[in-house]
Amino acid sequence: MRERTRSVLGSWDTVVLVGLVLVILIGAATVDGAATPRFWRFVILEVIPIALIALPMTLVIITGEIDLSVASVLGLTCTAFGQMWAWGVTSLPALLALCLLLGAVLGAVNGLFVTGFGLPSLAVTIGTLALYRGLAYVVLGDRAVANYPPQWTTGAIRPIPGTTIPWTVLVVGVLAMVFGIVLHATPIGRGIYAMGNNADAARFSGVSVRRTKFWIFVATGAMSALAGVFWTLRFASARADNGTGLELAVVAAVLLGGVSIFGGRGGLVGVLGAVALLATLRNTLQLAYVPANTLTIITGSLLIVSVVGPNVAAAVRERLRRRRSTTSTTESAAG
Amino acid sequence: MAAQTALRTEPATPARSTAGARIVRRAFVVRELGIVLAFALLVVVTAAVNPRFLSAQSIKDLLLGSTILAILAVGQTIVVVSRNVDLSVGSVLGLAAFATGSLFVASPNLPIPVVLLAGVLLGAACGAVNGALVAAARVPALVVTLGTLYVFRGIDYSWAGGRQINAANMPAGFLRMGSTAILGAVPYLALFAVVVLVVAGLYLSWYSSGRDLYAIGSNPSAAHLAGIPVGRRVFAAFVVSGALAGLAGVLHAARFGTLDANAGLGNELDVIAAVVVGGVAIFGGSGSVYGAAVGAVLLTTIGSALPVLGVDPFWQRAAVGALILAAIGLDRALSARLARRLRTRRGGRRA
Repeated sequence: MRERTRSVLGSWDTVVLVGLVLVILIGAATVDGAATPRFWRFVILEVIPIALIALPMTLVIITGEIDLSVASVLGLTCTAFGQMWAWGVTSLPALLALCLLLGAVLGAVNGLFVTGFGLPSLAVTIGTLALYRGLAYVVLGDRAVANYPPQWTTGAIRPIPGTTIPWTVLVVGVLAMVFGIVLHATPIGRGIYAMGNNADAARFSGVSVRRTKFWIFVATGAMSALAGVFWTLRFASARADNGTGLELAVVAAVLLGGVSIFGGRGGLVGVLGAVALLATLRNTLQLAYVPANTLTIITGSLLIVSVVGPNVAAAVRERLRRRRSTTSTTESAAG
Repeated sequence: MAAQTALRTEPATPARSTAGARIVRRAFVVRELGIVLAFALLVVVTAAVNPRFLSAQSIKDLLLGSTILAILAVGQTIVVVSRNVDLSVGSVLGLAAFATGSLFVASPNLPIPVVLLAGVLLGAACGAVNGALVAAARVPALVVTLGTLYVFRGIDYSWAGGRQINAANMPAGFLRMGSTAILGAVPYLALFAVVVLVVAGLYLSWYSSGRDLYAIGSNPSAAHLAGIPVGRRVFAAFVVSGALAGLAGVLHAARFGTLDANAGLGNELDVIAAVVVGGVAIFGGSGSVYGAAVGAVLLTTIGSALPVLGVDPFWQRAAVGALILAAIGLDRALSARLARRLRTRRGGRRA
C-alpha cells in the first residue's frame, strides 16, 4: 500500500496534473479573467485539435515510431474539404466521411513505408510532411474556401446547453476513452508497450508488431483528418497552410506528458494533462499580457526540463542509494 | 600517421579486406551517384526545354539560393552521422541573423570578419547548449533540439520585438558580399559554402575524431567500449552544427538585407530533407557531407526548374516530399543488396 501511494505520488502524471491545478489556481487568484467560463471556452477550443492528434500520437511514440506528417494531413484534409464543398458536395456527413477516408489513406501510406518497406518513420514522415503539404497547395493553391453554411461553422463550436463549453469536447472525451481503453486495458495496448521496449522480443512473444504499427499510423491519419475538419469549420476557412508547424506542438505536448521518445513508456493521462497544461498556461499568460514570445520560451524550457528533470532525479537518487548502501556496509562491517 | 602505415602493411587477410573494401567503396559511389544523376537529369531536361536555365545569371541565382541550405546541411550531416539530430538550426540561424543586423545598427563601421566571427560564436554557444544537454544530461537529441528550437526562437522574438532591420542599416560592402559574383556566375557566398564543405569533408574522412563520429553513429555502445570519448565527440558535433548555423545566419543577413525575428523559420525540416536526399542515413553511421550538399543544391534547383518546365510552382513541395521518399527507398534497396552480397561472399568463403 505504501509502495503504491509512493508510486502514484512520484509518477510524472501526478507532476503534470499538479502543475495544471497550480496554473489554474494561481491564474484564477492573480489574473483578471482567468478561469472564467469564457476563458475555458477558448482554452478548450484551442485544445480540441491538438488533443485529437495527441491521442494517436501517444500510441505512435510508445511503439517507438514518430509521425511528423500529422499537421500536413490536417492541412490537406482542410483543402480537400473546401474543394469538395466548392465542387458541390453539400452533405456534411458525406464530407466528413470522405475526409476521414482520405486521412486514413494518407496514414496508410506512412504505415506502408514504415512497416512494409522497413524504413525509419522519422525520415518517412518528414518526406510525407513535405508531400502532403505540397498536395494541399496543389489542391487550393493560395486560395481559401470560406463560404460554408453558418449552421456548420457555429455548429462545430456550439456550447453545451447551460455552459460555455463547446460540445465537440465530448467527441474528444469519447475518443480519449476509446484510446485509453485500447492502450491501458487490452492485449493490444500491452503489445504496444512491449514493442516499444523491444520490438524483437515482442515479435517473438506473438505480438504482430507490423500490423499493429500499420493500423496505428492509419488511426493517426484519420484523427488528423478529423482535426482538419474541425479546424476548417472552427475558423470557417480552408487554406493550404492551415495548421503549419502543429506537428512539433503535438510532439512537444506528448513528450511533456511523460512519453519516452524511445518508446515503451508513458500514458494518456499524462499526455492529456500536458495538452491542457500548455493551453491553460498560454491563455492565462496571454490574459496577463505576457508577450507571446515568452510563451515560446516557456514551452521549449518545459519540454527540456520534463526530460532532463527525471534523468537528473534518477542520477541523484542513484547516488543517494549508493551512499546509503556504503554507509550501511561500513556500519555492518563495524558491527 | 603511424597507425595508417601499420594498417597498410598489415598482411593478415589481404584478399578479404580488399574485396570487402571494394564493395563498400562501390556502394559508396552508387549512393552519391544516384543523387548526382538525378541532379544532372533535372538540369539537362530543364536546359533542353529552356536553354536560358544555364545562363550565368540563372546559375548564379541557383548557387546563391542553395548556399545557406548547403551550409546548414553540412552541419546537420556531422550531427546526423553520430546518430543525433539538430532541429534548432532554423532558430539559431534566425538569432544569428538578427544579431548581425543589431551589431551593424550599433556600430555601422564594424569590419565584416568581426561580424562573421560574432555570428559563428553565437551559433557555437547555442550549439554548446544543445551538446551539453545531449551529451551530459543524456537526453535524446530530438527532444532537446525541439525544445531549444522554441527557446532560441523565443529569445529571437523577444529581442526583435516586432522590429525590422533594413538594408539601409547595414554597410554597402556587407550587402555587396551577399549579392555579387566572381567570374560572372559564382557568388561570393557560395565560396563560403565550398570552403565549409571541403573542410568538413576532409575532416570527416581523414581525422580520427571525424571517423569517431561514424563509429558512434554505427553503434554508440561499441564506440564507447572501443575507448572513443562519445560524449565529447557528440558535444563537439553540436557545437560545429551550431557554429555553421550561426555562419548561415550572417550570410542570410548579407543576402536578404531585411531582417525580422522570422528568419529561418521552419528551415530545420528543409535541412533534414536535404541531408536525407543526399544519402545520409537518418540513424547515423553513413553518408557524406558532399551528398548532403548535392541534396541541398538539388532541392533548390527543383524550385527554380519546375516553372521552367511548365509545372505549377505549387507542385514544388510535393515534388520535394516525393524525392525524400524515393531517396530513402533507394538507399534501403541499395543497403539491402549490399548486405545480401556480403552475406553470400562470406558464405562462399566458408564453404
